[in-house]
Amino acid sequence: MMDGSHHEKRRLENPPATIKFKIQRREREGAPSRYETFELQYRRNLNVISALMEIRKNPVTVEGKQTTPPVWDMSCLEQVCGICTMVIDGRVRQSCSALIDDLLLASGGDTITLQPMSKFPNVRDLKVDRSRMFGHLKQVQAWIELDGTYDLGPGPHIPNEIAQERYAYSRCMTCGCCLEACPQYDGDNYIGPQAIAQARLFNMHPTGRITEEERLNGLMGDDGITNCGNAQNCVKVCPMNIPLTKAIYETNRDITVDALFGWLKK
Amino acid sequence: MRSPSSESPRRIGSDQILGMATGSKIAIVGGGLAGLAAAMKIAEAGHEVDLISVVPVKRSHSVCAQGGINGAVNTKGEGDSTAKHLDDTVYGGDFLANQPPVKRMCDMAPQIIYLFDRMGVPFSRTKEGLMDFRRFGGTLHHRTAFSGASTGQQLLYALDEQVRKWEVAGKVNKYEGWEMLSLVLDDHQVCRGLVAMNLQTLELKSFAADAVIMATGGPGLIFGKSTNSMTCTGSATAACYQQGARYANGEFIQVHPTSIPGEDKLRLMSESARGEGGRVWVPKADGDTRNPRDIPENERWYFLEEKYPAYGNLVPRDIATREIFQVCLEGHGVAGENQVYLDLTHIPAEVLTERLGAILEIYEMFVGDDPRFVPMRIFPGVHYSMGGLWVDFEQRTNIPGLFAAGECDYSIHGANRLGANSLVSCVYGGFTAAPSAIEYAKNIERGRTETNGIHASELRRQQEINDAIIKGSGGENQYKLHEELGKVMTDNVTVVRYNDRLQATDDKIRELQERSKRISINDSNLWATQAVPHARQFQNMLELARVITLGALNRNESRGAHYKPDFPERDDDTFLKTTIAEYAAEAPVLSYEPVDISLIQPRKRDYSSGKKTSPPGTADRPTGVKETRPNDPANKEEFGVKE
Repeated sequence: MMDGSHHEKRRLENPPATIKFKIQRREREGAPSRYETFELQYRRNLNVISALMEIRKNPVTVEGKQTTPPVWDMSCLEQVCGICTMVIDGRVRQSCSALIDDLLLASGGDTITLQPMSKFPNVRDLKVDRSRMFGHLKQVQAWIELDGTYDLGPGPHIPNEIAQERYAYSRCMTCGCCLEACPQYDGDNYIGPQAIAQARLFNMHPTGRITEEERLNGLMGDDGITNCGNAQNCVKVCPMNIPLTKAIYETNRDITVDALFGWLKK
Repeated sequence: MRSPSSESPRRIGSDQILGMATGSKIAIVGGGLAGLAAAMKIAEAGHEVDLISVVPVKRSHSVCAQGGINGAVNTKGEGDSTAKHLDDTVYGGDFLANQPPVKRMCDMAPQIIYLFDRMGVPFSRTKEGLMDFRRFGGTLHHRTAFSGASTGQQLLYALDEQVRKWEVAGKVNKYEGWEMLSLVLDDHQVCRGLVAMNLQTLELKSFAADAVIMATGGPGLIFGKSTNSMTCTGSATAACYQQGARYANGEFIQVHPTSIPGEDKLRLMSESARGEGGRVWVPKADGDTRNPRDIPENERWYFLEEKYPAYGNLVPRDIATREIFQVCLEGHGVAGENQVYLDLTHIPAEVLTERLGAILEIYEMFVGDDPRFVPMRIFPGVHYSMGGLWVDFEQRTNIPGLFAAGECDYSIHGANRLGANSLVSCVYGGFTAAPSAIEYAKNIERGRTETNGIHASELRRQQEINDAIIKGSGGENQYKLHEELGKVMTDNVTVVRYNDRLQATDDKIRELQERSKRISINDSNLWATQAVPHARQFQNMLELARVITLGALNRNESRGAHYKPDFPERDDDTFLKTTIAEYAAEAPVLSYEPVDISLIQPRKRDYSSGKKTSPPGTADRPTGVKETRPNDPANKEEFGVKE
C-alpha cells in the first residue's frame, strides 16, 4: 500500500460509469460553431487525447446521431511539441497531459468540455492555426547570428546559472497558452509574452547580446512590449513554467536603458 | 524558380550567395533534426530549399529526444576518443553497421556539439562554465552533452531558429501542414521532385526539385503504441520503397527498456535516468506489495547490476530490454505485473531536478507519483528503427536524385542503437546529405522535366488514389484496422521472435492489406479531414510492416535487437550482412549485402564480463574499454538471457 504522502497522487475514488465530452464543432473557418456531446465508458488512465481517439473511431453523439469525427492536432503526446493545445473545461492547456481523473476531480462532475483556442483562426473543430506565432519569432530575430556553420570550436564560457536561466526560456514550445490567456492579446495588436521571452533568451547569451538592439527594436513598435497590461495570466497558464513576467520586466528595463544610453553607441 | 532570391538577404550579407546564379533547388521532406540540418547547410551554400513537413517543423518528433547527444570530447580526463566512440557504436550495434560512415560520424560529433553550443543551446555546464557531459548506455565514458533532460527539444529549436533566419532571407520555403505522397520519377527512374498533399485542403501539388532529401524519421506507429510521435508513420519512406528505393535492415527495431505504459502511447523515460545513477530492480519476493521504500536493500534484486557488473544499469538497450522482459515473463515483475522499478530516490532531489527535471515532470504528470521520492514503474516500449532507406556513404539512395538522412536511413546503428547516438546521427546525416545533394544537383541535366508531363501524370495517379479512398464503401474502419496491426506487430515482432509467429504475422498483414482496400472513411467533411491522410498512411504502414516482419523471419540468428530463442547465437558466416528489401507486388524481395568491416574486426559481444566501475558521476577508469571486453570464451551466454 502506498502511504498518503504528497509525493503520490490524489486518486479519483468513485469514478462515474460513463463520462461525457461536450465538444465544440466547426466545419471550417468562418462557419458557425455548435456543440456535440459524446459518451464513453469510464476507464482508468484516460487522457483527453485517448478519449478523442476513441470518439474518432466511432463518432456517434449521445443522441445516437452519427456525425463526423472531431478533428484536432496531436503529435508527441508528452507535452513537449505543443500542438495539441485546446481549452479544456475553460482552461487552456495541452490535451495530452489533461488526465480525465484529474479533470473529474476538479469539476466534481461527469462532463468535460473541449473548445478550440479562441485567439487563433479556427481551422476546424479543435484545430487552430498558430502560424503567426512563428512570425513573432522572425520579428524579434530569435536566433544567434553565426559567422558560418563550419567548425570554429566551442561557444563562449557560460556560468551554469545563466545556462539554467536560459534553459527555462528555451523550453517554450510555442503552444500559445500565454496568448490565449492574455487579456491584451487579440490577433495582431500585441506580440505577446511568448516572443518577448524568446528575445530575452537570446539577449542573455554572450553572442546573442551583440545583436540585442535589433531584437529590442522588434518589440518597440505599435504591437510591442508596452501593450502588456500586467495581468500576469501568462505566467499562470504556461505549461512549462516559464518566468514570462520576469522576461517582460527585464526586457522593458533593457529597452529603457537602450533608449537612455543607446545613442552613446552610435 | 531557380534564380536566386531577388530580395537581398541583407542581414546574412554574403556576396557569394547573390553571385551564385546557378543555385539549385533541393526539396527536403521532414523538418526534424536531420531535415533542418540539411536545410541550413544547403541555404548557407547559396541554394534554395523547399521544406515539406506534416507539422510546423518546430513540433517535429526530435523534440522527444531527452537524454543527450554523444561526442567524444574527452573533457573529463578519461582518455575518451572518437576511436572509442566508433568502437562503442560498432560493438553496440553488434557489427551490423558499415564502419566508414560510423567513423565519419564519430569524428564529426565533437564539431557538431560545439556548433550547437555556438548556436546558443543552453547545455548544462560545469563549474568552469564548460559544457558538461554525462554517461549513457553502452559506454564507460562521460560522452553525452545534455541540456537538462530535453536535449532533443533544445537542439531542434536551435536548428529551427537558424533555418528561420534563412527563411527570412528567402532561401528556405516552408510547406508546413503538407504530407509527401510520392516521388516524381522520370523515364530513367531519376528523382525529379515529389508530390505532396495539403492537409487542410487536400490539394495536391508537385514540387520540382534537382534533388530530394528524405528526413522523415521512424515508423513507430506501425506498432500501434510506441514512444514515437503520432507523425511517425513511416508513410513517406514506404512510398519511396514502393517506387523502387531499397529499404535496409527493416527487422531491426529498438525496444527501449524504460517507457511509461499509457492508453494512447508509451511515453519515454530517458536512459539519462540511469546515466545519472538510476537503478533497475524488482522485489526478491514475487508479488511483494509493500511500498518500495519499505523494502530493504537486501530484499531487492538489482538484476542488471548483478549480471553485468561493469556496465550495470547502462548495458545497451537491447540487452536491458530483454532482461526486463524476461524478469516480467517469469513472474518477477512488480506486483506480478509487466513492470519493474526504475529508482532514483537515492539521489538528492535538487540534483535530479536540475539534471533530469523535464523527464521527471513527464512521469509525474502522467502517472501522478513524484519520481524524486517514489521509484518509477516502467516497461519496455517500441522506440526506434535502426533500419531505413538504404543509402551509400554519401547518403545517396539507389534512386538517382534521392537522398536520405536521420532515422529514416539505415546507415549508422547496425543491429542496435546506443543511447544519445540518434541526435548526432541525425545531424551527421543532414550535414552529409546536404553537400552530397548539392554536388549531385550541380551535374544534372535540367529543363526537360517540367515539360514532359511526369509531374502531371504523378499528380493524376495520386489524385486517383485519394478519390478511391474518398469513395470507398466496404465498411472497414481504418482506426480499428490500425489497432489490429499494432497488436500483432507488438506481440510478435518486438523483443522475442519466433518463426511460426512471424509467418502468422505476415499472413495477418496481408489480410489487413485486403481489408484496407475496403475502408470507408467516416468523415463526410473533407476540409482538414484526418481520415484521408490516415488511410493513406495506413496502407503504407502495411507495406513496411511486411518488410520488418519478413526481414525478421528470414534472419535466423540473434543479433542486437533481433532475438530469436530458436537461434540464440550471432551467425556471422551467414548473417553478417545488410538485409535489402525491394518492393514487388506479391512480397518484398530480400537480398543480402556484405557489411564493410574494414576498421574493426567483429568480436563476440559480451557486456557481462568485467568488474564494476566507479559509480556514475565520478571519473571512470580511462582504460576501461579494453579491459571490460575480452573475447573470453568462458562467457558463453552472449546476452545473458535465460531461455
